[in-house]
Amino acid sequence: MTPDLGHYLTLSAMLFAIGATGVLVRRNALIIFMSVELMLNASHLALVAFSRFRESLDGQVLVFFGMTVAAAEVAVGLAIIIAVYRSRKTVNIDELRQLHG
Amino acid sequence: MDVTGLLIVVGKVLFITFVVLNFGAIMTWAERKQAALIQDRIGPNRINIGGFKLLGLIQPIADGIKMIMKEDFIPAGAHKLYHTLAPAIAMFPALVGLAVIPFGPSFDAGGRHIDLQVANLDVGILFVLAVSSLGVYGIALAGWASNNKYSLLGTVRATAQMISYEIPMGLSIIGIVMTYGTLELNKIVDLQGEYFRLGGIGVLPKWGIFYQPLGFILLFTALIAETKRTPFDLPEGESELVAGYNVEYSGMKWGMFFLGEFASIVVVSALIATLYLGGWQVPYVHLTALPVLPRILLGLISFFGKVVVLCFLQLLIRWTLPRFRYDQLMDLGWKRLLPLAIVNVPITAVWLWVLGGFKLG
Amino acid sequence: MSAAIAFWILAIGAVSTALGVVLMRNPITSALNLVLSLCFVAGLYALLEAHFVAAIQVTVYAGAIMVLFTFVIMLLDLGQVQDRIGPPEGLVKAAVMGLLGIAFVVMVAKSAHLGITIPSTSGLTPANVARAGGNTRLVGELLFGPYLLPFEIAGVLLVVALVGTVVMAKREVDPRRRK
Repeated sequence: MTPDLGHYLTLSAMLFAIGATGVLVRRNALIIFMSVELMLNASHLALVAFSRFRESLDGQVLVFFGMTVAAAEVAVGLAIIIAVYRSRKTVNIDELRQLHG
Repeated sequence: MDVTGLLIVVGKVLFITFVVLNFGAIMTWAERKQAALIQDRIGPNRINIGGFKLLGLIQPIADGIKMIMKEDFIPAGAHKLYHTLAPAIAMFPALVGLAVIPFGPSFDAGGRHIDLQVANLDVGILFVLAVSSLGVYGIALAGWASNNKYSLLGTVRATAQMISYEIPMGLSIIGIVMTYGTLELNKIVDLQGEYFRLGGIGVLPKWGIFYQPLGFILLFTALIAETKRTPFDLPEGESELVAGYNVEYSGMKWGMFFLGEFASIVVVSALIATLYLGGWQVPYVHLTALPVLPRILLGLISFFGKVVVLCFLQLLIRWTLPRFRYDQLMDLGWKRLLPLAIVNVPITAVWLWVLGGFKLG
Repeated sequence: MSAAIAFWILAIGAVSTALGVVLMRNPITSALNLVLSLCFVAGLYALLEAHFVAAIQVTVYAGAIMVLFTFVIMLLDLGQVQDRIGPPEGLVKAAVMGLLGIAFVVMVAKSAHLGITIPSTSGLTPANVARAGGNTRLVGELLFGPYLLPFEIAGVLLVVALVGTVVMAKREVDPRRRK
């Protein structure tokens, strides 16, 4: 059974769902951030799978840019988390409720 | 893949692992002997088997026995799993990085074409970069899992050093990729068999070092910094941090860090030899025209000879230069090597344009 | 056949380490699980003939971005995080999310029509790619050709992120202490 586009898409959906669960259930900002990266990774996998099965390289180029953006986003996000930790001494999002409406 | 093919691959893997681990062990002996000679003393000379001293070559065996017999402890409050896992992760890039390095010419035997290279990846050099950037985790885990201030300090410095020097490393490799037009290491070595011609006679082999002298110096420096050898060994400086991230390790776990470091000396030498010194090529000898057995032997001797010379050079550098201070180290990496490496790329481009007869592409 | 074995090993690895990211208590364990998951996905990229992206994934994502994560977790010294599955409402939330996730996956699996072929656009089958100079060369030609503007903008984006990170993470030096 050669792995087919459907298999890769199902795998990508699974990783995405796991990441989404992590974002919604966990309370530690860093682990939520890591789950977001997992979701991003899952979407990259779908892009590369489509690129392979449509026989073009555009998906791979898009993944390259996605990785660049992910790097930038992680750097800035972690800087924000560090700044928040320094002033509030916590990264538990249940305790970071100042902007709560 | 049939059984013979599989056996050939396994044979290559075993050969290269055997060679690099033994080189690593001999390197520990060579380091102490060379240090001794440079410092005008004798070095390890007590070890003997039944009266045969053998210049102290049995010393690595004695060291190995000592390391295996030592008590293996995990400090109180340390994370048990990561403390044990860290040395294994630290050894990983040293061993896996060799998978793409061609250590001999390819030949045909029994109807099949055999490359003396474990894995002929089409992104050869990128694999080496990828594997060396995973080496940071071993150090990070080692320092953090030890539950010790000095370890953590050593780890932070070591990791910052390693990721800082990855950048000039990558940029120097870009120069080589531009020169030879391919990422595959076996093609780069094949292309280094050609010659610069003067009036129809081959004068100089087209080795990387002649195309990229600046790149050679940059890559060599960056790799020595990456493997944390003196003068860049502040993270494990015995006089500064009591061996830094290694301090809570003893016995075989420390031995694995130690052996990993010496194995990475060999990998660094192999990489430089492949990219800049022609790999298994012998200058002025056309290896592919020779019959199989002399070809393989000459290629292997040439390659491992170059590796030994470069290892000797690294040991010489260690025992000649004093250690950098941390800010000097970072200054060198970011303010001197990085601009030079960046400048190397357009200079290479212009140089290739000139050499190619002022044509693009 | 070997492609199928490789796919299943890599897929099971990727999913189990992803579950490790989400379910583990210790943030360092989550981070290391994420590194492994990224490496497994890089293996899947290699299986999909995207060699350049696979190498870049290990070098950039697993080798640099996750090092950043690991460092922040280590230096913030968060210890054991007690928030995994705590009070009963956390369990209910997790169960609901899990069911929604499974529903999503089943929906995708059914709609993906396992076995259908999609018409090709550029004719870049793996054989053609190898003949045209290899995956990296073609991706490079695309990056410096049609996608040059996004490439340069990505460079500018990285500089902006660099400056922003340094500005935000810098420790405020107390002006009184300078004297």
